Amino acid sequence: MRSLRPWIAALMLAAPLLAIAAPALKAGVFEPAYAAPEFPGGLSASSAAKGDLKLANFRGKLVLLVFGFTHCPEICPTTLATLAQARKQLGADAKDVQVVYVTVDPERDDADRIRKYLGAFDASFVGGTGKSQPLEALRKNYGVIAKKIEDKAGGENYGMSHSTSVFLIDREGRLRALMPYGHPPADFVHDLRLLLAAK
Amino acid sequence: MKIRARRIVFLLVGLLLAAAAGALAWAAFVPPQLDSRDEVFEIPKGTWAQRMAGNKALEILPDRIDLTLGLNDQLLLRNLDEVPQQFGPVLIMPGQSFRLPFEVASTYNFDCTAHASGQMRVVVAEHPQTPWQRLQWRWLRWHHDHNKGDAAKAHQHA
Repeated sequence: MRSLRPWIAALMLAAPLLAIAAPALKAGVFEPAYAAPEFPGGLSASSAAKGDLKLANFRGKLVLLVFGFTHCPEICPTTLATLAQARKQLGADAKDVQVVYVTVDPERDDADRIRKYLGAFDASFVGGTGKSQPLEALRKNYGVIAKKIEDKAGGENYGMSHSTSVFLIDREGRLRALMPYGHPPADFVHDLRLLLAAK
Repeated sequence: MKIRARRIVFLLVGLLLAAAAGALAWAAFVPPQLDSRDEVFEIPKGTWAQRMAGNKALEILPDRIDLTLGLNDQLLLRNLDEVPQQFGPVLIMPGQSFRLPFEVASTYNFDCTAHASGQMRVVVAEHPQTPWQRLQWRWLRWHHDHNKGDAAKAHQHA
């Protein structure tokens, strides 16, 4: 028993240090983490997958959920390029990371258009579209804002103001974190590695 | 007698000046510290019920939040209410919290339906390094704590 005392003392001393040293995510973290809201029925995927687009289809992978529209001039291209870069930097681990891009502009974004758009960034990205109602329901469940900005010339060239953060959903389907717009690929890689390593 | 009274006055004034100079020197040269890096905002229990009862003036998050790197550089939002709440840029479940760290000094704009402007601004400043920056930080912090105390009292009375 006496020989164990130094080890027990060392463990007691190290425990708080280990807790402090535990790396934190760069993203904003939800505590506790609850199940991410499942997608409502009626959403179709831009990929070859048949049936409704469901979050459960990606169970076992980390899901990066993004809301946007393919006519977006700046935010969406930047975010998608960042995520594509992050996946490249992850190397072999990228197979466990799925980017899902859901449109906030179903009027113009059909499955084919989203597929072509996403393909320019990373062929593995999956897009989602559908009728306005299920898309609105999905946005409400995630607290996502989307608002049409009318074309001043009265044409079809309207814009969309929308939430710009990326939702990080873990392998078990729990909403773990939210990365605000503007973080570099390295921050995503940092967080994805931590979440991939977590049980 | 008159001379003695004058000496006492001089002594008291001298002591006051020395104390003021000491406080100023402390504020300028001692690096500021806070107990926690979290800047906390909470939705109290019963907020939703109050809103339903017509209390529209219930604003918990200010339009602008000031943070400082290395001191209070984590925004911590807590929902103590019994329903999910849109709190700044996120939807937070009852009893859940959201902690958002900042590592770069900048101005961050978030869409937020809770504000009339539709935006919430987080201004993150560099860690105060110089005596003048420390004085500024302490003054603003005092002002901030003072205002927060008043806001908390107003919320209790709402």
